[in-house]
Amino acid sequence: MPVSVSAHKPSVLAMIVGGRTRQEARRALWGYVFIAPWLIGLFVFVGGPIIASLYFSFTTYDILSPPRWVGLANYHRAFLEDPLFWPSLGRTFYYAIVVVPLGLVGSLVLAILLNQGLRGTNIFRTFFFLPSLTPGVALSVLWLWLMHPQLGLANQVLRTLGLPPSPWLTDANTVIPSLILIQLLTTMGGSAMLIFLAGLQGVPRELEEAATVDGAGRWMKFRHVTLPMITPTLFFNLILGIIGALQVFTVAFVATNGGPDYASWFIALHIYQQAFAYLRLGYGAALAWIFLLIVLLLTLINFALSRRWVFYRGGA
Amino acid sequence: MTDQVLSAAVYRPTRVRLHRLWRPLVLYPLTIALSLIFIFPMFWALMSGLKTPAEMYAFPPVIIPTHPRPYNFVEAFTAFPFALWYRNTLEVVILGTLGTVVTACIVAYGFARFDFRLKNVLFIITLATMMLPSQVSLIPRYVLFHFLGWIDTLYPLWVPSWFGGSAFAIFLMRQFILTLPRELDEAALIDGASYFRILWNILVPLCKPALATLAILTLIANWDAFLDPVIFLQSPQHFTVAIGIWYFKQQEFQVTPTDHLLMASAVTSMIPPIALFFAFQRYFVQGIVLTGLKE
Repeated sequence: MPVSVSAHKPSVLAMIVGGRTRQEARRALWGYVFIAPWLIGLFVFVGGPIIASLYFSFTTYDILSPPRWVGLANYHRAFLEDPLFWPSLGRTFYYAIVVVPLGLVGSLVLAILLNQGLRGTNIFRTFFFLPSLTPGVALSVLWLWLMHPQLGLANQVLRTLGLPPSPWLTDANTVIPSLILIQLLTTMGGSAMLIFLAGLQGVPRELEEAATVDGAGRWMKFRHVTLPMITPTLFFNLILGIIGALQVFTVAFVATNGGPDYASWFIALHIYQQAFAYLRLGYGAALAWIFLLIVLLLTLINFALSRRWVFYRGGA
Repeated sequence: MTDQVLSAAVYRPTRVRLHRLWRPLVLYPLTIALSLIFIFPMFWALMSGLKTPAEMYAFPPVIIPTHPRPYNFVEAFTAFPFALWYRNTLEVVILGTLGTVVTACIVAYGFARFDFRLKNVLFIITLATMMLPSQVSLIPRYVLFHFLGWIDTLYPLWVPSWFGGSAFAIFLMRQFILTLPRELDEAALIDGASYFRILWNILVPLCKPALATLAILTLIANWDAFLDPVIFLQSPQHFTVAIGIWYFKQQEFQVTPTDHLLMASAVTSMIPPIALFFAFQRYFVQGIVLTGLKE
């Protein structure tokens, strides 16, 4: 009986797609059929391009003529010759180091406020959340006016309070703090806040009540019960927050175009300009790869550190 | 003993009274103040969209225009080819969202219900791509689209969505399918249904809430997209709204002062995501929460 024999002997198919019996192999093949669109997408639009950009990073390439191998010249240039590279990286870190912790704490505070069972919580949540839906370009137009040095409302408020007006986006010293302020006022109430809120609602009530019975005050309860329970959400928001902040682009591109005097020239703008304004695709790819390695390194460090402070209830 | 009774009698009422004051004196004012601060820029944008040029440049700044001009919105729409830009944006947003929803569902079904070699590895790679900065694939994608003749067309903005959408989309749908009982599929399989039929007739109807969530989040992400369109689109007749407003902003100092119109067009571009939010608020919040908690 050939059928029963082949059902026990692993076929070539089974060795490729997996499965012990012919039936399992067939099912495994179907699995591949269903994920096929993504396998193609992953290869053509994600994985392939990442490998290709590694290759481009060792060439000079302007798309019109074929790439020409130059070895490490692009990396040499980025690290030692490009006067904009290190400063743009430094600015990006300055921005991220301020915006990530403030954003996290802010989102958490807003989520805690929404978790107090106040009347009108739905309205508060909507008001906190709506600004995060503003498209980046609209946001830039809006804040350019609010922060206009002469005619803007922000300086009018400062004057009314008896404080000196600020040049906001028009001065090299204040442009990054201004961009940070815009970012915080826009995204503090965004998806990070909603994720925190869900995390807070997942903290078992019995634990908090037990702490109250033991005489813990508001702060003690938060510090020793609530906070440890929401560390997984904190970690999730931290990782996404860092990756997002390091890619800061739209508002700096539209509102200040990297200025004044390159003061908001972040690494993403530098990659954009080198690759697409000057068509230095090889050099742009090298910058992008350096950026990728930095992001990966930070993410790995964070995952390694997370073992010390992230508490998973399942014990995983 | 007496001390304890005494202290309870003395201290407890104060603690209770303080506890009672905490909400009306701290929590409510703080929350109300914060929500007003957060919503104010949007309110201000709407008011500015209704201003005359004179009010726009007034000093001290005017918050609420004395003679609101709703006509600004019409004028902004005709001053630049916004009708065309909205048409382009709709094309990208609709085709991109459709592609994401349809193919993410198919791929997620594969990951959720089948066992095959390398499944876990492929899934972990998929999740890892969520943590990559998009800049690193941008240049080769530009090269690819260049050789396909797709630069300055809308294709680069929506065709990739038809290959599984995104790692996020697949993850969201897989998480949802995993919550559905497997017995449903198995019963249908015994009845002789094909896998496509099981997906389409049994799982998809049950996935409607997740599909709605995914559709809304994708619509909004596509609406907000800036980096890809600014790189792949070159001539104004192919612009999306986001790029159009950016173009408008760059042109405006060469023409007459049109800041009030620029503001009106910015406000108009804010409306679709907000409308979607209000229409589907429940799905919205659920979806964000679903992806954030199940790690």
